[in-house]
Amino acid sequence: MTTSVMEHTNTTTKQNETGKGISEMEQRKDGASKINVKDLNLFYGEKQALYGVSLDIHEKQVTALIGPSGCGKSTFLRSLNRMNDLIDGVKITGDILIDQENIYNSNDVIKLRTKVGMVFQKPNLFPMSIYDNVAYGPRGQGIKNKKELDKIVEESLRGAAIWDEVKDRLKTSALGLSGGQQQRVCIARAIAMKPDVILMDEPTSALDPISTLKVEELITNMKKDYTIVIVTHNMQQAARISDKTAFFLNGEIVEYDNTDEIFSTPQDQRTEDYVTGRFG
Amino acid sequence: MRQFKDNLLNGLLWLSAFLSVAVLVMIVGFIFYKGFGLISFDFIFGDYSPTGGGGILPMIVTTIYTIAISLIIATPIGILAAVYLQEYAKQGRLVKVIRFATESLTGIPSIIYGLFGAVFFVTTLKLGMSIIAASLTLTIIVLPVIIRTTEEALKTVPAAYREGSLALGNTKLQTLYKVILPSAMPGILSGIILSIGRIVGESAAIFLTAGTVAAMPESIFSSARTLTVHSYLVTQEAGDIELAAAIGIVLIVLILAINLSATFISKKLNKATNK
Repeated sequence: MTTSVMEHTNTTTKQNETGKGISEMEQRKDGASKINVKDLNLFYGEKQALYGVSLDIHEKQVTALIGPSGCGKSTFLRSLNRMNDLIDGVKITGDILIDQENIYNSNDVIKLRTKVGMVFQKPNLFPMSIYDNVAYGPRGQGIKNKKELDKIVEESLRGAAIWDEVKDRLKTSALGLSGGQQQRVCIARAIAMKPDVILMDEPTSALDPISTLKVEELITNMKKDYTIVIVTHNMQQAARISDKTAFFLNGEIVEYDNTDEIFSTPQDQRTEDYVTGRFG
Repeated sequence: MRQFKDNLLNGLLWLSAFLSVAVLVMIVGFIFYKGFGLISFDFIFGDYSPTGGGGILPMIVTTIYTIAISLIIATPIGILAAVYLQEYAKQGRLVKVIRFATESLTGIPSIIYGLFGAVFFVTTLKLGMSIIAASLTLTIIVLPVIIRTTEEALKTVPAAYREGSLALGNTKLQTLYKVILPSAMPGILSGIILSIGRIVGESAAIFLTAGTVAAMPESIFSSARTLTVHSYLVTQEAGDIELAAAIGIVLIVLILAINLSATFISKKLNKATNK
C-alpha cells in the first residue's frame, strides 16, 4: 500500500500523489466506504489537536463521534469539509479521501462543500425568509430559474420533515421559527445542495427534548440517502441513531466499531469508563 | 440602607438623563426663540442681501452639495477599506497600525484638515477655493468615521453566518455581499449619519477651502459658503444673533430630514433582508 502524505497550510496546497491503493482496502459488510481518513494530524499553530487519526466512514450510515469536550471530535468533523481552513495557522498532515479523492489535494473547496454539507451546533439561519435560506445554496451555484428553485425548496423542506409546518409562511423571516424548526430548516438548507455527505456538529445540543427527538427521527430517515457523520455529547443519542461510533480522547481515536459493540462490549477500558458515565 | 443606596443610584441615573435632555431642549428652545421670528419664505428663497440677511438658499444648496460629494466619495472607499481590514487582511502589525491611524485621525482638530486642504486641494491641485476642494477635505475628515463604524458593524455580524454561507459552497465574495454586508447595513448607515453630522457641523475646514462667497454656486468649482460658515460669519461680522439662530433652525431641520430619511432607508433595507 502506498502512503501519501500531503501538507496543507491554509491557502497553499501542495500537489502530491493521490491515495491510490486505498480502494483495495478491506470492504466491510457495511458496503462501500465513502470517506477514508489516513493518519490525520492537525495543528493549531504549535498545538496539536489530532494525532494520527485513521477512520473509514461507510456510505449511507450514521457515524457518531463521541468523547469529552476538547477531545478533537469537532475539529475532526470540520476537517471533512475543510472548515478548519478558515482558522489562521491550521496545519494538516495525512489524507482525507472522499470517493477516493484527496480533498486537500484539490483547490476546489467550493465543490467539496457542495458535496459535503454541514449542520452546526446552533441553528444559524440567515436573517432572510425561509425560502431564501433554503434557496441560498442553489442560488450560490447559479440556479436562478424560479420553478427549479421552488422545486428544490419544497423537496428539501419535505426531506427535512418540516414542509407542513412552514409551507404557508415560506416568505416570512426564518428567525421567527422555534429553535427546533430552525435547526430542521438548517438541515433542509444543507439538503438543498444535494450533497452526498452531511456533517452534523452537535445538532441537537441547543434544542429541547421534543425537538431533539424530531431531529433524531429525521437523521434516521435521512441515512437511506446520505452518509451522515454526527458529533454528539449525548451518548444515548449516539446509541439511538448511529450505526458506527468512534470514541475520541485527547485527539486520538480510542475505539471505532459498530455502535452496539461500543456500548455493550467495548474493547478498551477508557471507552467503557466513558460510555458508562465514569468520566466525561 | 441597601434600599436607600438603590434609590440614590436611581435618582442619580435619572438626574443625568434629565440633565442631558434638558440641555438639548434648552439649546433648541433658545435657537427657536431667537430665530423663529425671522423664518419666512423670503428668508429662504428671497434674494440674498448682505445687510437684511434674507435669501439663504445658496447656502442650503452649497451645504447639500458638500454633503453629497463627500459622501459619494467617502462611503464606498470607507466601506471597502473596512471590509478589507476586517474580512480580508491578515490580522497583524500592519492592520494594527492602520487601525491606530484611523482612530487617531478621527481625533484631529478639523482646522488641521482645513490647512491641509487649503495647501493641497486649493493650491497644489489648483482647484481654488471651491465646493469640490471643501468636499475633498471633508471626505478625508469623515473617511475614518465611516471606516471605524463599518468595522464595528462587521464585527457584530455573527461568525455563524459566515460559516453557514461558506459551508453551503458559497465563495467569500458571495458571502460578503449576500450575508455579511446586509447584516451590517444598519451599523454602516449609522456611520454615514454620523458623517453627515460632521460635514454639516464643520466650519473651519470649509472656511479655508471653499471660501465665503455668498452667492448661488454656478458649479462645484465655484467658491461658496455653507450654512454653518454663514452662521459663523453673520455672528462674527454683523453680531446678528437672531439671524444666526434662524440659520440654526434651518440647519436643524435639514439634519433632521436627512437623518430621518436615512433611518427610513435603513428600515426598508432591513425589511428587505428580513422578509
